Formats: sequence, structure tokens, C-alpha cells
Amino acid sequence: MFISEDALKRNFAEVKAGLRPKQAFEEAHRCLYCYDAPCIKACPTGINIPSFIKRISNKNMLGAARTILEANPMGASCARVCPTEELCEGACVLNDSSKPILIGDLQRFATDWAIRNNQQLFASGERNGRTVAVVGGGPAGLSAARELARFGFTVTVFEAKSQAGGLNTYGIVSFRLPQEIALWEVEQVRRLGVDIRTNVVVGRDVTADELLGTYDTVVLAVGMSKVPTLGIAGEELDGVYDAIELVESTKVSLSGELSGRRVVVIGAGNTAIDAATCSVRMGAEHVEICYRRSKQEMTAYEFEYEFAKSDGVAFRWLTAPVRIIGDEQGRVKAIECVRMKLEPADSGRRARPVTIPGSEFTIEADAVIKAIGQTRHVPLVEQFQLAHTRGIVTIDNETYQTSNPKVYAAGDVIFGEGQGDAMVVSAVQQGKLAAFAIYKQLVLDDPDGGSQT
Amino acid sequence: MADLRINLAGIKSPNPFWLASAPPTNTGYQVQRAFESGWGGAVWKTLGDPIINTSSRFAAVHFNGHRVAGFNNIELITDRPLDVNLKEIYETKKLFPDRALVASLMVEPKREKWHEIVKKVEAVGVDGLELNFGCPHGMAERGMGSASGQQPDLVERQTYWVKEAARTPVIVKLTPNITDITATAIAAARGCADAISLINTINSLAGVDLDSWNTIPHVAGKGSHGGYCGPAVKPIALNMVAECARNAKVSIPISGIGGISDWKDAVEFLLMGATGVQVCTAVMHHGFRIVEEMIDGLTNYLDSKGIERVSDLVGRAVPRYTDWGNLDLNYAVTARINTETCINCNKCYIACEDTAHQCIERAQDEESGASYLKVREEDCVGCNLCAIVCPVEGAIDMVEQPAAGVPMSWNERQAAIAKLSMKGA
Repeated sequence: MFISEDALKRNFAEVKAGLRPKQAFEEAHRCLYCYDAPCIKACPTGINIPSFIKRISNKNMLGAARTILEANPMGASCARVCPTEELCEGACVLNDSSKPILIGDLQRFATDWAIRNNQQLFASGERNGRTVAVVGGGPAGLSAARELARFGFTVTVFEAKSQAGGLNTYGIVSFRLPQEIALWEVEQVRRLGVDIRTNVVVGRDVTADELLGTYDTVVLAVGMSKVPTLGIAGEELDGVYDAIELVESTKVSLSGELSGRRVVVIGAGNTAIDAATCSVRMGAEHVEICYRRSKQEMTAYEFEYEFAKSDGVAFRWLTAPVRIIGDEQGRVKAIECVRMKLEPADSGRRARPVTIPGSEFTIEADAVIKAIGQTRHVPLVEQFQLAHTRGIVTIDNETYQTSNPKVYAAGDVIFGEGQGDAMVVSAVQQGKLAAFAIYKQLVLDDPDGGSQT
Repeated sequence: MADLRINLAGIKSPNPFWLASAPPTNTGYQVQRAFESGWGGAVWKTLGDPIINTSSRFAAVHFNGHRVAGFNNIELITDRPLDVNLKEIYETKKLFPDRALVASLMVEPKREKWHEIVKKVEAVGVDGLELNFGCPHGMAERGMGSASGQQPDLVERQTYWVKEAARTPVIVKLTPNITDITATAIAAARGCADAISLINTINSLAGVDLDSWNTIPHVAGKGSHGGYCGPAVKPIALNMVAECARNAKVSIPISGIGGISDWKDAVEFLLMGATGVQVCTAVMHHGFRIVEEMIDGLTNYLDSKGIERVSDLVGRAVPRYTDWGNLDLNYAVTARINTETCINCNKCYIACEDTAHQCIERAQDEESGASYLKVREEDCVGCNLCAIVCPVEGAIDMVEQPAAGVPMSWNERQAAIAKLSMKGA
């Protein structure tokens, strides 16, 4: 089976078209311009949504884009990846009497305008003489970096990969978020004088101690790591993929390596959906998702689930992998699974899946993609000697300060164990709040704060 | 089915919807198309000495994404020779004998000029004449249009000259660009007009282009005031019609004009004293077919109200229109927010808080914690602002309160005070 480069490009092009100008202006005019609007409260970054929509309807696109990006430095990416029906659009008062305003689409309309017109919307603040190292150039790190630069800090971002942007650049499928959008947001931060050092792995190329010794403060925003091992036989076989790495590979260059293949994805979170839909678009013949719980417990958003269904992805509920079977060449040829049943769990937890003995069966497959969550950067957290729970850094909920007063943390590195959530928009907000806390600590509350040192 | 026929000062038409004298009635081709669509009458585009029009003539005011909230033009009267117009009027009347065909006229304020044109026009079989004393631009500089229409003595005199020669009913079209339109309406009545029609367009400048800083519209980089019409002018027109209708010194039939866009607008004009209505902007926006919606809506309205004839509507709301001094000062309404219907946009709250009487409170349900809005009725003056800004039908009611005392208007109050002080003296 062969998939052409053109077909691949087409398959990975952004699925959703932006609003056409007439659509956007009609939609903008529909907004009621609520007072103390619930959509603002529902946005983790608190974008003044009625204001930016009014500015669109007034044909003040610069003002609209600035309103969005002022509150959310990743506003262009979030316009595409936010689960808006659970946030702003879900809170829209018109849900009750009409249909909610397409806030995400309008946000994209305004930010696309800013991108197309190459607008520089913000400027760095007057230098305050303080320095901050930001570890990780993803949404949380960039957000913190931008706000710190606006507060006048000298900011250096350390990014392990060759490009900054983190999840937005490498982890969100191109047909949802084209890489150039994320890179434009990176560029916006860079233009504030933020030094973004790529291909630098903190903990290896530069140590935690070196950062702590060189900079006044460190923001740890390293996100999460690879998908953990399944802990079953056959994981080393050729044809077993890490979902995060698979998605990342499609962001770097498109290949037809899954074309004509039968793919099984293990897990039913948003990453599993991404891996499945990527596989379909890479030309896979048949893609199915196996999940050990049922649809109710699935962590993927409903719209993601619907999207996968419309891409032809099959779902096999209450199914857990037992072992991956290889052929003589060490290539995946099947996966043995077992049926599960759910038992009630302790209050507040998801139902517990339990194996049904003797229900083993085999699915023929050429590729198995693991998408059962992500591991943590535990060694790095320990190099910084921060308090943590299984790699989830402990923070002060107000200030995002860690157990080391010189270290703040934001984004996925603090998500888990009931703390925070996994949305890009939340990571952005955490970065903002951490930046403000640093500004407060080092400048506002410091008698010598803000003076040149 | 209700009877839609009207008789305006002897001019009969099968329904009350006429096309106003304007670009849509420029030619026989257009008027015939309009009659085919169902228009009950048409006032031909003003006849007189042909003029030269400018290129770029119209502009519109759009509001929040809706096209043509208001319309502005700097076009003048007909630019075609009189004999061509007369020939087409003759043909059109022949083809549609049951429709009202009225000729709009504008000539220099000279007796013989009026006599001459009246005779020529009546000779081709028009049902009536409309004197254009209203056009606010272009013709006024030549002593015609609103230059005549703004001076009651000129209105009276010219109307009288026309009446000397005319055998068909004479309608005088009034300009709104005047402090008190009843002054010219009374002058028309004194000049023996059979009816008045109002309003003509209002002096206007539609806009200024933000990039070129040209006027909108502009002619080679320059602009001059035009005449404003369309939905935006309806309240102005409706008031002027009502003021004429309730003025005993006017007491001649009225043809209502100004922003009438649908059957509902038409009904309002009829209720406020118009015998029929004239329409222009709505057809310029949508074409002649819009009359089908007007006729259908009006018929269904009359049928649903059990009213047999449209003429039964005429003037029925006029007695309700009065001077402010006659309004009952002891009448009170207060706003009531229906929490079930309210969508919590808080528009009423901020409107009241910032610009009215600070009597809407944001409260929280003790059990559910849900926020809701509540009117502090003792402080509510019944201004209606909250209900006006509310985007949801039925979320805010203005509820009549028990009267605080016997009905008493300002005039009655002043009279009572005067009486008391006389007694005291």
C-alpha cells in the first residue's frame, strides 16, 4: 500500500476552515455583550470575550487580537484546541435561548488576522535587573516568559527540542493545530527579547544547580515525558509505538509508514484519539482503540470521540492488552487481549476494571500504539530537589512556588493527583500566575525591587 | 378575507400600499412591474423640467450587520422629458385601470407653470396629483421642493394655484425639515388640498469614509446633504403623521410615508391616521415583490382581529396620542424579571445601574448558589430601559401597579393648584 505525499499533506492539513469574514461579522454581531459575562469566568485565562467580539464587530481587529493575546499568550493555539463547549461556549447565556456564540472560531478569526498581518502586539517592560530561567518552552513556560519579559525581567528559556512551543508545536495533531500557529506564538515571545535556547536539555547539558546559581529565579515548566510501558510481553517489537512520539513524528515530517497497516491503539484519552486519527491519516487500513474501561470512563473529550468515529476509528471497550505477538522478523503481527468487567470503585474514583478469566482473544495487527498516559520527568525534579508526588511537583496553589522558594512550577509538571488539569489554556494561565508571583516576590515586595543591580 | 380597498380623498386603490414618488416609479416599465406584483398604487417620479443627475447618488446606514437601517439619496426629480413620462403614464393607466396612479409635480413657484403642468398631466388620465414640496436637495436651491415646503404661505398659495386648474384630487407632500409640520399641513388645507402626504426625506449626511475622508456618497470628492429615509426615520414620520391627524385644523386625509418596511409598520401608520401608505426604501432593498408579504400580513392581521375593512383601522389610535400635559402622573408600572426565562446576560443590570435608577440587584439563590436578577420595585420608576435592552422575549414584564391616587395629569394638577391658590387669595 502506498500513500502519496500529496495525500498525506491533504490528510494532515487543518480540518476546520476559519470563519469567512461575513460569517465572523454576523456571529460577532450576535454576541449580546453581556455584563460580567459567564464566558469570561469560564475561560481559565479570563479573556475579555465580549470585548474582543465587540471589537471584531467594530472592525477593530488589532484591538480584538490584543484583547485575546493580552490574557492568553497562546490565544491563537487555544482558539483551535480549547474544549470550548466545556469552557466559554458552554457558559454562553445563549445556550438557553438560541445557540452559543462561536467564541473559539471568532478568537481564531482575530488571531489569524494578527498572524496574517504580522502584528507585534506587546512590548517588553523596562528592565528591572532580575533574571529568570524558564525550563521548558511549552505553553506554560512561554506564557511565563512573555509575562516576565513584560514585567522587565531578563528571561532565558531552555528548550530540549529544536523548536519551542512544546505540546502546541509537537504534540497536537497538525490537522487540529498547524505547527506555524504555535511557532508564531513562540516568535511573539522571542520578539520581547526572551532568549530561547533550543536543543538544551536541562539536567544534562546544564544542571539544576547551575541554573539556580546563575538566575534569580527558575520556572520549571517541563511538562510530561513519554508514554509508560504497558508492562506486557512484546513491547520491544518492531511496530510498537509511543503515541506521543508518533504524533511528534507527524509534526516534523509526514511518512506513510502506517499505510495499509492494521493499527491497535491502547488507551482512550485525547492522546489515544490523536494517535488513532493520525494513523488513519497516515493511510492505515484499519484503526481500533482498545480501552479497558467503558465509554463512560473514557477521558477523551466527546468532540474528540466523535471526530475519531467520523474518521472511521473503531472502539473496543472493556478490552485490555495481554501480550503483543511478533513474527520471526520481530515485527508485530497480533495483539492478545482479554475482556474486562467494571467493578464499583471507592467514591470519587473511576470504576475499576477487572479481568474476565478465560476471555482472551487475539486481534491481528501490524502496529500497536501505546497511549496510556505519560510519565514524569522525575530525575529532573529530583535534581532540583523539589517536593513532589510521583513526579508531580508540589506547589503553593496561589503563587505556584515550589518547596524551593527560588523555583516556581507551572503546566503539566504540576498536573495530576487532583491538582490542576491538562488543558493548554490552564497551563498558560499557570504560567501567567507564576510570572506575576515572581514579579511580586522580586520586585513589588522587595524594598530594592525594580532597581538596576 | 378583509377588504383592503381604500379611498384617499377620492383616489381609489385595491389596497393601501402605494409606491412613493422615487426611483422605483421612474418609468412605465417599473410601475407596470410594480402593479403586476400587486402594488395598489404608485406616485410617479416627480415631473417637472428635466434635470441632470449626479453619478453616485445613494448611500445607506447599516446597523450591527443589518443592511439599510437608513437610506440617503441625492437624486433629483425625473431626468426624462415630460412627454416621454406622460406617454408612459397613459399606457400604464390603460393597462392597470384599477390602480391608483398619481403624478408627482414640481415646478417653479409660478401660477402659470402650475396650471400648465396640471393640465398636461391630467390629460393623460392620472387619478390624482401630488405636489412635491419636500425634496430637500438640488431643487431647493432653485426655489422648489422644500424651499417652497418650508414656508407655509408658499405652500398655501401654490396649492391654491394647483386647485384652480386641477380636476383630480390634490395631495400636498410635506417636508419634515421644519420645526412644526402642522404649520405647513394647515397651510395645505387652507390652500384647499384634498390630502397631505408625509414625510418627505430628512436632511442627511450618511457618513464619512474613514480612509479617504470623503463624504458618503461623494461626487468627484465632494458631497452635499441628501434626503434620509428608510426604517430609521419611521418614528419621526409616525409622530408627524399623528400630529397632523390629531390637529383639527388639518382634517384632511393623510397618505403616510416614512420607513414603512412591512405590514406592521403600515398598520401603525393607519392607526395613527393615515388612510394609506407609500413605500420606497423597502422596495429599493428587496424589489417590488415585498408587497406580497405586506398584503398577506395585513390581511391575516385584519382577519385575526375580526376587522372587515382596512379603512376601519384608520385613525383608531389617534385619540390616544396627546400632549405630555395630559398624561396621568399617578399611573405606575414597574419591571419584573422572570427568573425562569432570564438568561442572565446582566444587560438590564448594567443599563439600570449605569444609566437609570440603580434598582436591579444581583442576588444569589441561597440553596443552589445560582445568581439571579431582582428588581427593587420601590425604586423602579418604570422607565422600560431594562425591558428594552433585554434580548429575550418575556424575560422582563412591565407590570402595572395599583394607582397611588386618582388619575391626574400635569394640566389637571396645575389647574387644581391654580384653583386652590385662587381660593386662598
